Amino acid sequence: MSATMYSETEVVIVPKRRRREQRQGTRPRRAGVLSFGHWWWALPGIVLVIGIHYVATAVGGAYAFTDWTGIGAFHWIGLDNFVAIFQDPTKIGALGNTLFLAIASVLLTNVIGLGLALGLNRLIKTRYALRVLFFMPVVLSPLAVSYIWKFIFDFNGPINAILNSLGLQSWVRPWLADPSFAIWAVLVVIVWQQTGFAMVIYMAGLAAVPPEIEEAAAIDGAGLWQRFWHVVLPAIRPAVAIATTLGIVNGLRIFDQIMALTNGGPAGATETLATQVYKQAFSLGNFGYGAALALLLALIILIFAVIQQRLTASRPEEA
Amino acid sequence: MFRYTKRTALREIGLWVLALVFLLPFYFLIAMALKPDSEIYSTSTLAWPQHPSLESFATALNGQGNADIVHGLINSIIMTAGSILGLVLLGALTGYVISRSTRRWSRGVYYLFLVAIVLPTQLGTVPLYIGARTIGLTGSVWGMIVLYTGMLLPLSIFLYAGFFRGLGTEYEEAAAIDGANRTQIFFRIVLPLMSPATGTVAILAGLIVWNDFFTSLIFLGGSENQTLPVSMYFFIGSLVSKWNSIFAIVIISMVPILLFYLFAQKKFIQGFAGGLKG
Repeated sequence: MSATMYSETEVVIVPKRRRREQRQGTRPRRAGVLSFGHWWWALPGIVLVIGIHYVATAVGGAYAFTDWTGIGAFHWIGLDNFVAIFQDPTKIGALGNTLFLAIASVLLTNVIGLGLALGLNRLIKTRYALRVLFFMPVVLSPLAVSYIWKFIFDFNGPINAILNSLGLQSWVRPWLADPSFAIWAVLVVIVWQQTGFAMVIYMAGLAAVPPEIEEAAAIDGAGLWQRFWHVVLPAIRPAVAIATTLGIVNGLRIFDQIMALTNGGPAGATETLATQVYKQAFSLGNFGYGAALALLLALIILIFAVIQQRLTASRPEEA
Repeated sequence: MFRYTKRTALREIGLWVLALVFLLPFYFLIAMALKPDSEIYSTSTLAWPQHPSLESFATALNGQGNADIVHGLINSIIMTAGSILGLVLLGALTGYVISRSTRRWSRGVYYLFLVAIVLPTQLGTVPLYIGARTIGLTGSVWGMIVLYTGMLLPLSIFLYAGFFRGLGTEYEEAAAIDGANRTQIFFRIVLPLMSPATGTVAILAGLIVWNDFFTSLIFLGGSENQTLPVSMYFFIGSLVSKWNSIFAIVIISMVPILLFYLFAQKKFIQGFAGGLKG
C-alpha cells in the first residue's frame, strides 16, 4: 500500500476528482509546505483493526466449515455443521428466541420510547430531570440490571407478593422457571433497560421539528393523530432509522441478560444464538460448531441491518 | 398556541408517576441490600428493612479467588482507563491522518473502519480467543486492553474523523507558520481542540468496556484476573438466593457508573444521542 501511496500515477488515474477537490478547497495541500501529521500515524490503528476485525472474522468464517475442537488436527466438513444446526430442535428454538427477542424488544422500546419523548417534548418544566431518570438504566450493566429483575421475578419476590396481596393467587408462579413465561420475563428486562435509549434519540429528533409546522397543520384542522402521523413522524424518520437499527442489532446479540436470568433454561426455553455460541465454543470446546452458529448469527445481523436501512431510508412520504 | 394549561400540568404529574413506577426496581434493590440476613425471608419483600444494616456489603467485599469483588473492581478500573487511553490516542491519530489527507488511500481506509463498525463481533471471538491463547494474552489485563482498544477503535476513529472534518485548518496553518512541527501541531493544537470528541469517545467506550461481560468472560475465564461483571457473575452463582448479599454486589458495581452519570448526565445523553447518530 505504501508504495503506491505517493506515486504520481494516482493523480493521472483520478484527475477529475482531484481537480474538483482542489477547486473546492481554498488552496491545494502540498506536502512539505503544510502537511497534517504523517501517514504512518494511522498505521497502528489500521493494523489493529485489520487484525482484530477482518482477519478474525475471516478465520472464524472458515472455522464454521470444520470440525475443529480447539486441539490437534481438523477436517473440512463442508456444510455439515449447518445441517446439524438445523436438525437440532434446541438450535431452532434458540434461533426463534433470538428473532422474537430482537423484534419484540425493538417494537416495544421504540413505541414506548417515542411515547415518552412525545410526552416530554414541549412545555413540561421538569423534562430534563425526567429525562435523566428514564435514561438511567441505559448506563448500567445489563448483568447487574438482570440480577435486580431476577429477584423481582423470583417466586418469593415482589411481583408474586403484589399478586398475593391483590388476591390474585392463581396468577402467582415462578416466572423465570415457567417455560411459557420465562422468555417474556427476559423481554421485560430488555425493554425496561433500553427504552430510555430510544427516548433520548427521539427527543433529539423531535427537538429539530419546528413548532410552526405543527401549528400550521393544527390551523388547517388536523387532529392530534393526523398531526403526529403526517407531520411529526415523517420529520423524525432519521431518528426512527437509528433507533430501530441499533435496537435490532443489539437485540439479536442478547447474551448477558439470559446468562444472569435463566442461563438458557428452563429446558432451553430461553436459549439464544449468542448463548449457544458461548456454550458450544467455550464451554464444550466445539469451536467449529460454535463458529457455524456465530456465522449464522452474523448473517442474520447483517440481513436485518440491511433490511432496516432500506425500509427506513427509502420509505415514501405517505408512510 | 402551545401554552402551559391544566392538561399540561396533568401530563407532567402523570409522567412523574410513571417515572416513579419505572424506578421501582431501584427501591427493591436498596431495600433488600440493607436487610440483615435474619430479615431476608421473615419480612415482606416489599417492605423497607426494620433494622437496616450494612452487613451484606461486608459479605460482598469478602469474596475470594474468582469471586473477589475488590480485585475485580480494580481490574475493571485499570482496563477501562487503559482502553480509553488507547482509544483516544490511536483514534485521534488515525482519525486525524485519514480525515486530513486528500489522498485516495485515506478514503479507502475510512471505509475499512466504517465496515468494521457493522461487522458482527461474535464471529471473530473464536479465532481471537485461540490467537490470544497461543501468544499467552488470555487472563492478562494488558491483553484485554489491547483487545478492547482494537474492538472499539472503528467507533472511536469514526467519531474523531467526523469532528476533524468539521474543524477548519486555520489553527494548524498558523502553528505551522510559527514553526511548529507536525508532532507539536498535533499534540499542542489539534488534540486540545478535540476535547468534545474526546469526551464522547471516553464516555461511550468507557461504558461499553466497564459493562462488558461477554468478552471478559471468555478471555479472562478461569484466570485469577477478573473484571467486576465476571466476578459478580461467579460470586452470585455461589450465593443461592442470598439476595441481600447479591444486591450489595450489584450496588457496588453500579455506584461508580451512576456517580459519573449523575455528575455528567448532559454529556452522557448527548454522547449517546449524537455520537451514535453519524
